[in-house]
Amino acid sequence: MPQDRPQMSEDDDGQSPPLDLRSAAIADPCSSSPNKSRNCIPSGAMTSQAFPDHVLENVLENVLQFLDSRSDRNAASLVCKSWWRVESLTRSEVFIGNCYALSPARLTQRFKRIRSLLLKGKPRFADFNLMPPDWGANFAPWVSTMAKAYPWLEKVDLKRMFVTDDDLALLADSFPGFKELILVCCEGFGTSGIAIVANKCRKLKVLDLIESEVSDDEVDWISCFPEDVTNLESLAFDCVEAPINFKALESLVGRSPFLKKLRLNRFVSLEELHRLLLGAPQLTSLGTGSFSHDNAPQSEQEPDYAAAFRACKSVVCLSGFRELMPEYLPAIFPVCANLTSLNFSYANVSPDMFKPIIHNCHKLQVFWALDSICDEGLLAVAATCKELRELRIFPFDPREDSEGPVSEVGLLAISEGCRNLESILYFCQRMTNAAVITMSENCPELTVFRLCIMGRHRPDHVTGKPMDEGFGAIVKNCKKLTRLAVSGLLTDQAFRYMGEYGKLIRTLSVAFAGDSDMALRHVLEGCPRLQKLEIRDSPFGDVALRSGMHRYYNMRFVWMSACRLSKGCCRDIARAMPNLVVEVIGSDDDEDNRDYVETLYMYRSLDGPRKDAPKFVTIL
Amino acid sequence: MIGSVELNLRETELCLGLPGGDTAALVTGNKRGFSETVDLKLNLNNEPESKEGSTTHHEVVTSVSKEKSSCPKDPAKPPAKAQVVGWPPVRSYRKNVMGSCQKSSGGTEATAAFVKVSMDGAPYLRKVDLKMYKSYDELSSALANMFSSFTMGKNGGEEGMIDFMNERKLKDLVNSWDYVPSYEDKDGDWMLVGDVPWPMFVDTCKRLRLMKGSDAIGLAPGAMEKCKSRA
Repeated sequence: MPQDRPQMSEDDDGQSPPLDLRSAAIADPCSSSPNKSRNCIPSGAMTSQAFPDHVLENVLENVLQFLDSRSDRNAASLVCKSWWRVESLTRSEVFIGNCYALSPARLTQRFKRIRSLLLKGKPRFADFNLMPPDWGANFAPWVSTMAKAYPWLEKVDLKRMFVTDDDLALLADSFPGFKELILVCCEGFGTSGIAIVANKCRKLKVLDLIESEVSDDEVDWISCFPEDVTNLESLAFDCVEAPINFKALESLVGRSPFLKKLRLNRFVSLEELHRLLLGAPQLTSLGTGSFSHDNAPQSEQEPDYAAAFRACKSVVCLSGFRELMPEYLPAIFPVCANLTSLNFSYANVSPDMFKPIIHNCHKLQVFWALDSICDEGLLAVAATCKELRELRIFPFDPREDSEGPVSEVGLLAISEGCRNLESILYFCQRMTNAAVITMSENCPELTVFRLCIMGRHRPDHVTGKPMDEGFGAIVKNCKKLTRLAVSGLLTDQAFRYMGEYGKLIRTLSVAFAGDSDMALRHVLEGCPRLQKLEIRDSPFGDVALRSGMHRYYNMRFVWMSACRLSKGCCRDIARAMPNLVVEVIGSDDDEDNRDYVETLYMYRSLDGPRKDAPKFVTIL
Repeated sequence: MIGSVELNLRETELCLGLPGGDTAALVTGNKRGFSETVDLKLNLNNEPESKEGSTTHHEVVTSVSKEKSSCPKDPAKPPAKAQVVGWPPVRSYRKNVMGSCQKSSGGTEATAAFVKVSMDGAPYLRKVDLKMYKSYDELSSALANMFSSFTMGKNGGEEGMIDFMNERKLKDLVNSWDYVPSYEDKDGDWMLVGDVPWPMFVDTCKRLRLMKGSDAIGLAPGAMEKCKSRA
């Protein structure tokens, strides 16, 4: 589900503890020369006469505490040592895009008053089985270090990290004011760890488990929440593949007056959902669970599901439908007109089922679905959802040679109807340059363009030409583009376009594309803002890799798998760039592959190579 | 490495293959029951390297694509097609969930069966997930995909065809370009691919090796007997 991740600036809960304010106002504004003597000395602050730096720093503290954006903070910290020091004291939320870029000790040494941590671990391609399990990204060293350093920690937001039950137990024990736990695409823990968090974190507001692997330890974790009224505002457990104690859940919802977001897993049936909704009309975000019955409908009168939805006047975000019984779908009609976000991506909805629903969703901004809605369904979206900002179409049958119910027809329709589109992820079996070019012209607000033509090396299915011109148009016309994923048959020309026009691209995903090293060179010698580069199965070799050496320190990571890299070249780069960690990942001890690099994952790091690398990782 | 090639590229394909080489026949026609042997045929594109000396992978065409374009589209059972790890890029979480929802296909299993595949003379190994395939045919297509680049490089496009072992050629080892697909089973023995039923093969295969024909003399074709004696 689109995670309602708070923007940095919205986190107004992350205020530092009250600062030690000097009493009167300081007449002089902050100057860049702290040794200048002050005209006005605040009364009572006798020591400031002798130590003007302290005065300055207190002023700075008062000012910098209001800085929320991390780029602003990073800039402020570079002004001078004094600013660096004060910024470190006043930063309350820290974002770490790569958990191996620095050690936990470095974090706690620099920042003393952290309330909120956002931490990302494994690279994205690990989601597609391109990396053996047990690679790393362990939360353990982070939680144990923070347990001692940040007793006032309130929020932990992890993505692609390996988190154990012990880690969760330590977290629950160490932070008495803990409020928000968000685990996205994580694994390593189970319902027993969740139970501990539910039980011990008495101030818990947010418990969001999103697309994570949660093992079923057969623990009734819902019953572990404390008996009294809770502070829960958001509870998302749609990814937990374990039955739930419904009575306990109903009771929990009943004693959570602040609950706004509730995402149920597929073990909650339609009747149970109905009961919950009647008891929680204040919900704004709902994950409906299975949306089906276990058994045949009861002999007694069926509950009026539509009435339950009618009562939920505030629901603007709807997801779930994990085992959808389509005949019940019309029950959601009452909320459609209010919906800003709708996620059907786990429901095999046909166009006929879908069109009456979407016809009412005029306010929709975020829409995720399976391609089972077909081009026909997309036309309906285009006709109704004029405010659409984000679209994701996933394949019902995720194989290269499956039927393709969506195509350039749907893409074209969306581009015509949804001119405010900012983000698109589109899986299809066939596409044309013309449709992509049209989208680039119709949707100038696009910041994220991810097109996955599922057959490898597949050209424009009408002209037979490579997809170069389509993607070229995207980078040329969508001037705000920051994220791009390409597919289909692509020659070096496509990459020339990307390098030349992709001025704001930060993230680039490439698979089965390009003809030669030149392609990668175009990107590495262009794309000035490139931060994250992930490439698989493309014919790029040592020459191309070397051509990027001038910029690897300015990137978060580079991933290249099944390309044409040699160990020798990677070793050279590792030697030339000591702050770059160069990991070569093999499957096991590949004696037969002495020089070939199956997977290269390299990233900058302040603290050198990690100590927890498994056997199959060689750090050069 | 080559992926699927659409109908409209057929006109531009140059193929060296058996005359009348409708490779669809090979896959469906002359196989005996369970004891199919892996039959890999590569039709290499003989297009001269006009692109500044770079070998273009996508010009290597495999037999699979032709077979695909000649088969009618049947949504329930698409023709055999090589599958690649992690492609299309749908997260395994989502794949697993959809797998349990899909009624038609067998659904995806959470565990994979990765085995290393080596080809004699190739510079590096590949890996395949045997659970991605439902038959020897599908596996052979996948292997053809994977190793086509090597053979192209080896031959410089001159040979044009690598004839992987079929049952007939097991005894005929004259042509040194023949490759015998063999696998290492749970007991560490090297067996010939194709003698046991596919599910049993997936279970016992630990590693695959495409051996040069001349090295294959003496490999035990009696895998079936061995399995029976174990059972």
